[in-house]
Amino acid sequence: MAKQALRASGVTQKFGAFTALENVSFELEKGEVHCLAGENGCGKSTLIKVINGVNVPEPGAEISFGGAPATASVLPQEAKKHGLHVIWQDLALFPDLTVAENISFDAFVSRPFGARKVSDTRKTAEDVISRIGIELDPNVRLGDLSIAKRQIVAICRVLAADARIIFMDEPTASLTRKETQALLAIVRKLSSEGISIVFVSHRLAEVLDVCARVTILKDGKLVGTYPTEGMTQKRLSELMTGLELNEKQRPKKDFGDTVLEVRKLSRTGEYQDISFSLHAGEILGLTGLMGSGRTELALSLFGMTRPHLGDILLNRRPVRFASNEDAIEAGIAYVSEDRLNLGLVQTQSIVKNTAATVLDDLAQPSYWLSPGRIRALCDHWIDRLKTKVSNPDLPVSSLSGGNQQRIVLAKWLATKPKVLILDAPTVGVDVGAKAGIFRIARDLADQGMAILLITDEASEVHTHADRVLILRDGSIREELSPHDIEEEALEGLINA
Amino acid sequence: MRQAFTTWSGDRIELSAMVLFLIASIVLFGSLAPQFLSAGIFRSMAFQLPELGLLTLAMFIPIIAGGLNLAVTFTANICGLASAFFVKSFMMDAGITALPVALVIGMGTGLLIGLATGAMVAYVGAHPILVTLGVMIFLRGVGELLTRGSDISGLPDSFRTLGHESVLDFPIPMLVFLIAVAVCFYIMQFTKLGFSIHMVGSNPQASLYSGINVNRVLVWVYGLSGALAGLAGIIMLARFNSVRVGHGESYLLITILACFLAGANPFGGFGRVLPLAVGLMSLQVIASGMNLMGASQHLATAAWGGFLILVMILRAPFQAKR
Amino acid sequence: MRSFLVSPEGVLTLLILLLSAFLSLATDSFLSLQNVFDLLNNQSVNIIFAVGLVVVLIAGGIDISFSVAASVVQYVTVVLLMPTGGGNWAIGLLLASGVGMSLGLFNALFIHRFRIVSIIVTIGTFNLFFGLLMYLSRGRSLYDIPDWLYDRVAILSVPLERGSATLYLPVLAMVAVVTATWIILSRTGLGRQIYGFGSNPDAARRSGINIAWIQAFAYGWLGLCAGIAGLMQAHIVREVVPNALYGRELDILAAVVLGGAVLGGGRGSVLGAVLGVVLLALIQNGLNLLGITPFAFKMIVGAIILIAITASNAERLLPETLKSRSEA
Repeated sequence: MAKQALRASGVTQKFGAFTALENVSFELEKGEVHCLAGENGCGKSTLIKVINGVNVPEPGAEISFGGAPATASVLPQEAKKHGLHVIWQDLALFPDLTVAENISFDAFVSRPFGARKVSDTRKTAEDVISRIGIELDPNVRLGDLSIAKRQIVAICRVLAADARIIFMDEPTASLTRKETQALLAIVRKLSSEGISIVFVSHRLAEVLDVCARVTILKDGKLVGTYPTEGMTQKRLSELMTGLELNEKQRPKKDFGDTVLEVRKLSRTGEYQDISFSLHAGEILGLTGLMGSGRTELALSLFGMTRPHLGDILLNRRPVRFASNEDAIEAGIAYVSEDRLNLGLVQTQSIVKNTAATVLDDLAQPSYWLSPGRIRALCDHWIDRLKTKVSNPDLPVSSLSGGNQQRIVLAKWLATKPKVLILDAPTVGVDVGAKAGIFRIARDLADQGMAILLITDEASEVHTHADRVLILRDGSIREELSPHDIEEEALEGLINA
Repeated sequence: MRQAFTTWSGDRIELSAMVLFLIASIVLFGSLAPQFLSAGIFRSMAFQLPELGLLTLAMFIPIIAGGLNLAVTFTANICGLASAFFVKSFMMDAGITALPVALVIGMGTGLLIGLATGAMVAYVGAHPILVTLGVMIFLRGVGELLTRGSDISGLPDSFRTLGHESVLDFPIPMLVFLIAVAVCFYIMQFTKLGFSIHMVGSNPQASLYSGINVNRVLVWVYGLSGALAGLAGIIMLARFNSVRVGHGESYLLITILACFLAGANPFGGFGRVLPLAVGLMSLQVIASGMNLMGASQHLATAAWGGFLILVMILRAPFQAKR
Repeated sequence: MRSFLVSPEGVLTLLILLLSAFLSLATDSFLSLQNVFDLLNNQSVNIIFAVGLVVVLIAGGIDISFSVAASVVQYVTVVLLMPTGGGNWAIGLLLASGVGMSLGLFNALFIHRFRIVSIIVTIGTFNLFFGLLMYLSRGRSLYDIPDWLYDRVAILSVPLERGSATLYLPVLAMVAVVTATWIILSRTGLGRQIYGFGSNPDAARRSGINIAWIQAFAYGWLGLCAGIAGLMQAHIVREVVPNALYGRELDILAAVVLGGAVLGGGRGSVLGAVLGVVLLALIQNGLNLLGITPFAFKMIVGAIILIAITASNAERLLPETLKSRSEA
């Protein structure tokens, strides 16, 4: 059928004993915006790699493009010939080249020795840019652009290579609300021109907004393909995880003393006039979309950056942090959003990672850091957080995502913090492990720790926070209790 | 699988591998040149090794921190020159007290050079290879300017003690080296600084977030490196009773070779002092052996170059990449 | 225009103009055709080295073995051609390019196939080449070189009041190499691939770039340039001295870094490399003319590298860094 851009069936992919995909089917219509959804590790990336020819599946698969005869596997050149392009999350662009050069890059690869006319390169770029309808200077160095603009360059690049099927892997992960809307508008425009787009995203609201159908994978198997009309986020979540999400909301509580107080805190260009209090035993949800200033605020509370105006009081005493070392010593811990690169040193051992935050405490006297003591600390926390570790001397990269997150928590809990800042703690973590992390957070709060939970998932704050602050464009817009509002309404306020 | 192998059992494996290599080298040269296995030869090796060893320690620590210090040989050179200059100008009659003063000046100069290098790497954020190349060229230039190409010699007799005497039949330079090994071992394994150096070498950003003062660590890494290089410079000064610009620059290749032979990861974060010390002994055996067999210096240099590449090829599959 | 002025090339041009102005005022002999021609003749070898090296740096690598490689090429060329009747310029250049390129590809083999860091490989090959060269040559210079190599080849002669100012063959070779490198880097797809690979190796791989070819080209081209430079060096001094070029690589690296290349790759240009060599040469020339001891030169070169590095990273030192002390 000419209406079908792509069809795959019977796709199975094994890596040794591990089955990444089992008998998966997928089909895409011409001009459709289709979502590929699923938890981390469900096989989305593997499926994409099979379709664009990077991976060779087990025999028995049938893959065809635009009605051409089906083949058991795809050659990368074939995929390209049918106009298939993948934009991975890291964009694969070149910061030191100009926008125009990035857009025309494929021509440089296919014709290395043809004389390159600078004007041709620029014209190709200008044509594609005007086709999309966005303002972009082709002569600017790519590295000087924002992530949102770079995303658009990535799209231009595949268009310049005559893309007819585009896979986008988490395109909106780092974009602000406005930038996301702009991107989705482009997606719709391309779709109306007959280009088929596969959207891989975990932002369920966007999925329902822009996609016609959604294909859900779970643990390498196909759950099903559903029209988005009439589908709810809740139902999508359930299909993706296979669980009936009925986590009990946190009961209403009274709280202890004010542990952290923030008064009129401002930092030019990031956040302004922030005031709130955080009490012992409380989980305060700080939500807002990307670009709302939530991570920037957290970094100032943690001492990584210095606010320009305002005060921070810890246990009623004003504090000034010259660096995050001061903050840690004062009792503030920060679990970073980027767990892989900032939260842990992947190549070093589990033991070392656990101890990294409390070296001063472990070095007693100050010039003797006993390996025995370090090991004892690590063992203690592994036990306490019920982490599955076969050998603590192995690099931390050998652990699963959820267990790695527990090690991150362990190393911060070891600092005996008064305030624990959790920045997007469940990104990239499976649902089962997510529940575990929140259970730990709730236990800690019940034992008196003050917790600042930063996330853009309404469901998380609704279920687990005692109070919610909504940030937008650097200021606090709302302060409310999850008990006074429905989850959908909360979601609406966040995304407003 | 390989990663697991390397990290948890690696330490004992590294040390055993180095010991085996040492034995093999001794056996090899012992059979090729029977006069090799004599007390005299071993004695002279024990006097020659320390300066190479100290320079290697000076190279090793920055490698663990994810960098490289290409200026170690010229740092040693300048420190030797500075000490010699000072002693000859002010302390020719001071007898034995000239020694500690020389040591302080030598190591102090090295420390200062290192701290400045570290500051450039940390605060300016420039690539260590480029910074240390610049420092190396600069120090060489300073040396050439100050000495106009000639050498400084004729130091007080007390220097002979440091360079050629023994205590209880144990060569003093070797004693100095072993103390340095012990100190480095202690710092790298049992102090906050050593722990931080390993973490920073693997991932400076994550180390920063964990509360490690990355800039301070880097400054101290190169400071330590400079001080060790300075000490090497004094030992060389004592052994040869003279110092000239460029003295010892051929050691650079061997120090790098020794570090990677002993298992240091070129991307940083991993490497242990004890295998390094043993590995150095093997290289000294090979150097002395080649010398004894009459191999030309140039042939030896070529051999070291080839050997470095060979070691990197053999080690490559077993190392954790960043 | 404005972007040129703030680029490394622009800053260098400005410095060169200022320095030239200063020197022509401060000394009599600077602004003479003779001096300019001398400069060009003497710096041709360095410029050929520099444009070869900048390709490697742009590709994200580094190579310090090239000047030793040039010495090897000199030696091998003369040793091979003398017994067979001497050959001529064509054969000589072909041989020099070929041997040079092979030495460069030798580096590329270990860097690409075994994934060894380039600085370490080239420290190894530097010593390997130099050790073998000195051993096999017994450190002796070759005075008996082919006639075509020995005879001065003038390409431009301008009569002066006394005698004449002449440009010799190495300048022509330099112009050819610079032009060829510039065309490849700026006007071909291959050039963009090199910049791309230096800028983001992972993206390059995924864009279908043949990494092996890029590495091979970069180091091979440097080797080829080194070969030609070596031959020109022998032509200029009219003999082959095995250790004459020893240590030159650091001066060239300084010049190229001055010209805007960075160790991480993706940045740099042929123009910048040439300007870097010219500026360093002017500084040396100026020092000579002002009567400052040549012993100070190395120190100044080292200081310049350190200043250039600091200047190019200068934004990092401004207030809003992660670990700055608390401000008012």
